Amino acid sequence: MIKRRSAVYELLKNRKDTIVINGLGGTCWDVASLGDNDLNFNVWGGMGNACMIGLGLALAQPHQKIIVITGDGEMLMGLGSLATIGVHSPKNLSIVVFDNELYGETGAQKTHTSKGVSLKDIAIGAGIKNSHLIYKLSELKAFSDNINKITNLTFLQIKISKDNGEMTLPIRDGSYLKNRFRKALLGEQSLYE
Amino acid sequence: MSKTNTSSNLNWPLEIYKIFAKNNLTQIAYVPDAGHKSLIEYCEKDDKMKMISLTTEEEGMGLLAGAWLGGDKGTVLMQSSGLGNCINALASITIACNFPLLMVITMRGEWNEFNPWQVPMGSSTEKVLSALNIVTTRCNNENEVAETVNAMLGLAYKSNCVTAVLLSQRLIGAKSFME
Repeated sequence: MIKRRSAVYELLKNRKDTIVINGLGGTCWDVASLGDNDLNFNVWGGMGNACMIGLGLALAQPHQKIIVITGDGEMLMGLGSLATIGVHSPKNLSIVVFDNELYGETGAQKTHTSKGVSLKDIAIGAGIKNSHLIYKLSELKAFSDNINKITNLTFLQIKISKDNGEMTLPIRDGSYLKNRFRKALLGEQSLYE
Repeated sequence: MSKTNTSSNLNWPLEIYKIFAKNNLTQIAYVPDAGHKSLIEYCEKDDKMKMISLTTEEEGMGLLAGAWLGGDKGTVLMQSSGLGNCINALASITIACNFPLLMVITMRGEWNEFNPWQVPMGSSTEKVLSALNIVTTRCNNENEVAETVNAMLGLAYKSNCVTAVLLSQRLIGAKSFME
């Protein structure tokens, strides 16, 4: 089974100027383990909203590649957002769910994905046709090798092992993250608006 | 279902739309309410406005945070019960990160309300907003709508804060299930 840190490394190895929205919890630490980046937006709260932040960005910046990386628990809290995203189907958005079938930050309680709930099937039902369930690193590689060339709304549910990597905490201050991100994406003058 | 409304000369939904257009709002998120019907229709006719129908109002918090990160401005239209659906995302994303946000909220559960299930959330809406220190202005009369929306939109985007305009049930007319 894929280790989460192997998955995040594989996913972002050809990242370049891709925007990454990190859903709260383990996926935030995973992305942070690769180093800091001004185009990371670390979501530390508002569980269930990571994908919607991705949609707002995708609609605002249709020529910019955006990846939302989040966990199964966070995704389960925002299932309706898949329907909203499916309706708009922004071509520049990819949603990647690291699915360890548990709530890793609260004592490893089981999530619904451990009991037969398929996020991939829900995504397909929401109109995201390009949805895949991934078990092997080689399957993920087919996606990650061309990450900047994907031209359709994409949903990946990656089954990962239950072990965590070393804890790497990213920057927490939301106002700083927001302004740093806008400066990197929109330029210095955006801070004067 | 229809609306029992007082006779109106001023087209205040059109006035709100014009303020949105003048201020370059491009992401208009909403969960429909009968009181927002005309405003939604005006916005839909504007090619520059992306209309984002939400499954729940909470989605609007993340959406408009993302919009602002990407350089877009917008707003969320909802009814008072929808505020209840938003609270954690509103506090933990929008307020925690000082994102600008204008919410335009049509009120239920007050002026001649027919549905008792609307009353608890409607009558708590201002207290909930107050508990979150959100600058809130209520419009009871049609002639105060335009300047209020303009000022609250300006406050949100100039000062990076959350503002709410409450369009009272007296203004929009109580919903009637009988006619």
